[in-house]
Amino acid sequence: MKTPLGTVFGLGSARTGTEHWWLQRVTAIANIPLVLFLIAFILWHLGADRATLMASVKHPLIAIALALSFLSILWHMRLGMQVVIEDYVHGRWRIVCLLVNAFFTIALGVAALYAILSLSFGA
Amino acid sequence: MVAFTLPQNSKIDAGKTWPAPHKGDLKEFRIYRWSPDDHRNPRIDTYQVDLKSCGPMVLDALIKIKNEQDATLTFRRSCREGICGSCAMNIDGTNTLACLKAIEDVRGPVKIYPLPHMPVVKDLVPDMTHFYAQHRSIEPWLKTTTPTPQAEWKQSRPDRAKLDGLYECILCACCSTSCPSYWWNGDRYLGPAILLQAYRWLIDSRDEATGERLDNLEDPFRLYRCHTIMNCAKACPKHLNPAKAIAEIKKMMVERRL
Repeated sequence: MKTPLGTVFGLGSARTGTEHWWLQRVTAIANIPLVLFLIAFILWHLGADRATLMASVKHPLIAIALALSFLSILWHMRLGMQVVIEDYVHGRWRIVCLLVNAFFTIALGVAALYAILSLSFGA
Repeated sequence: MVAFTLPQNSKIDAGKTWPAPHKGDLKEFRIYRWSPDDHRNPRIDTYQVDLKSCGPMVLDALIKIKNEQDATLTFRRSCREGICGSCAMNIDGTNTLACLKAIEDVRGPVKIYPLPHMPVVKDLVPDMTHFYAQHRSIEPWLKTTTPTPQAEWKQSRPDRAKLDGLYECILCACCSTSCPSYWWNGDRYLGPAILLQAYRWLIDSRDEATGERLDNLEDPFRLYRCHTIMNCAKACPKHLNPAKAIAEIKKMMVERRL
């Protein structure tokens, strides 16, 4: 039986959250040019065969831009999804969802980097 | 806690239709009724009010119903001029003060419910215990280390002007109870009303506990559940903008680390 004020104080302030909020804005700003690049890249290669695509990705600037796009977008996705989970999922499922969110985005990011590297350096 | 349907004991049953007292310019009022004593689910009672013999505001109609038709109808009211915040309720789908809501602004029957997602004490009276405890938790008073001066704490006119749009808050809870983030996470999220009050002390030039106040607010749930949904600014019967105050707190949080 806690007092109403004791309930509100709870476990105290986490002294965190600003980093998350700030990074969400930073990745959002980074996403503006990166997504435009990604759209341009996709339109440019519509219907292209694998050899043409590999030739493009071999250019270091394009490979780097692609890698940055995936990192920034996936990072932003993880931060955003975390907010949705914290809003709507309660109890022990919250931790499960946060873990799945983390593992999914990291796995997707590593797979994307591997794909870019293999296209860029592969034969 | 997220809820897409009402819990079993909150589902609303059909209520009583009270007989119209006499002919006249009748307006229908559909009012939420619940009593802890009769062990029944909430229900909607229907009343007819003669507008010719009633004041212009929804609160006037509620008082008239209580006086002339149904003395058991329970609601809070005090000042009847929008300064005490007691008669906050959900009227015609919007949280507002019954004393500031004109009956003629409502088309069709006037539907009145208690403030959303709050425990109900009786009829239109919500339990505000948690809300008030949250207000207490932000220490809404001047905190200083400098010894208290012999006269008043001095404040420049521009510094005083920073409190405009904040000091007018009457803590009626219309904003907090219109906020989905407060509905789902109100146990930990402080909500727009309390955060506006917190900001009122954060930007007070006389206060010396700004850093400590920010420390206590820096929390994914206490502060960062605000996603600028803006229901708060839309609901506020005093036309304040709690969402802007929260945005300013977030800016202070970033400012002190960049």
